[in-house]
Amino acid sequence: MLKKRLIFTLLHANGEYMLSRNFRVQAVGDLQWLRENYDFDAIAQSVDELVILDVSRDGRDIAVFADTLRKLVSNYFLPIAAGGGVNTLDDGFRLLGAGADKLVVNTALVENPEGVRQLASSFGNQCVVASIDCRRMGGEYKVFTHNGQKDTGLTVNEVARRAVESGAGEIYLTSMDQDGTGFGYDLELAASLDGTIQVPIILSGGVGRYKHLCEGLALDNVTGASTANIYNFIVGGLKKARAHISAEGIPMAKWDYNLIALKNAGAVKTGNLS
Amino acid sequence: MLAIVDYRMGNIQSLCNALSFLGCEAVVTRDLDTLNKADKIILPGVGAFDAAMSNLDRFGLRGGLNKIAARGQTPIFGICVGMQILALSGTENGFCRGLGWIDASVEKITPKDSVTRIPHVGFNEVTLRPGNADLEDAIPGSTDLYFVHSYHMVCRHPTDVVATVEYGGETLTVMVRRNNLWGAQFHPEKSQSNGLKILRKFLVS
Repeated sequence: MLKKRLIFTLLHANGEYMLSRNFRVQAVGDLQWLRENYDFDAIAQSVDELVILDVSRDGRDIAVFADTLRKLVSNYFLPIAAGGGVNTLDDGFRLLGAGADKLVVNTALVENPEGVRQLASSFGNQCVVASIDCRRMGGEYKVFTHNGQKDTGLTVNEVARRAVESGAGEIYLTSMDQDGTGFGYDLELAASLDGTIQVPIILSGGVGRYKHLCEGLALDNVTGASTANIYNFIVGGLKKARAHISAEGIPMAKWDYNLIALKNAGAVKTGNLS
Repeated sequence: MLAIVDYRMGNIQSLCNALSFLGCEAVVTRDLDTLNKADKIILPGVGAFDAAMSNLDRFGLRGGLNKIAARGQTPIFGICVGMQILALSGTENGFCRGLGWIDASVEKITPKDSVTRIPHVGFNEVTLRPGNADLEDAIPGSTDLYFVHSYHMVCRHPTDVVATVEYGGETLTVMVRRNNLWGAQFHPEKSQSNGLKILRKFLVS
């Protein structure tokens, strides 16, 4: 049976870990600080997937981001999706070369669908994750691009359909209204997606408690639940979240969190292979 | 020396990271002399079947790899699309011949229900088939491993099938073995500790 996915999203800008509330971002510390004080390695060992986004508001530099990514993920053995300003094949090669498995595209879905199509045809549909940022406006969900700053005038279903047509293999759906509030996902946003959109959906924005993760994952079309707030899940919080979600009857993958035992199981030296 | 075939298909770095964590510094190469001398070879890959085969040809690797496989001395592990191209043929973006080392074809996953989504993305429970007792320590009971694919291998000989998953009412072959040849549809380098155990098994086997 296919398991549902618990995903941690790391928002990053210029070497800093960022927190976001309704898409206003604030730096809280550099990545070394994050590893030392919040045991980010343990977080990476307790989720099914990492999403790492460059949310720099100005002067985004994909080479710097790729370098940060490379250093961060070298000892993490889980799928990693990376994005923030991804447009071209060159961007794709940079991030994939730095350890990403998937590319997250957002503004390009609306402004450069041909670029998205090229990414999907070169790296495969499974490699392209369509990130769609939505706000509830007058009874429908409108899509915003450019870090949530530009109203596209398009509805979530219009953009989702275009994304799938352009070759996206997954949709990462964010409620800007719920983002950073801790009040829970916008469950109606997920439910509003039209049934013809058959790619896996990841829900993002608003998680404050374990219960919220369960509410999102309980939806049939949602296969992944993301949180970007480290403070809600300190000291093994995401491991506890997994156990809680499983106890609610939602299927979650299991593995031994202790990698050290494997590392020390006896080194497999290249020269010893025969 | 363990060699990873560099044919520009997917994220080799994460595979190197996983091997390095296990104490194995792999050589990433498309040089046939190096591949000939390798003790073990990993054929990685993310992407489409036809693209993988055309890249093998572009780098002039098909003939050399065929010789290494025919010699049968070097354990070779194909991962994801690297497993798929071990088959006789694939159908992604039209019919395409594979390496043909495993008597199988690669076909689109066709769920028996209308709710199952393609691609098959996420961790799924892998079950070992009987007759593979030597792998039980690496794949005990049902083991959750990470998948991301829309096509799957259909083997002609049940004895080649080592492990399967259930998806959309179908039983998909997700690991094969024939003599020194291994193939895995899941990503052992992306399946947390569960996957590292399988990579380690290949390294010490």
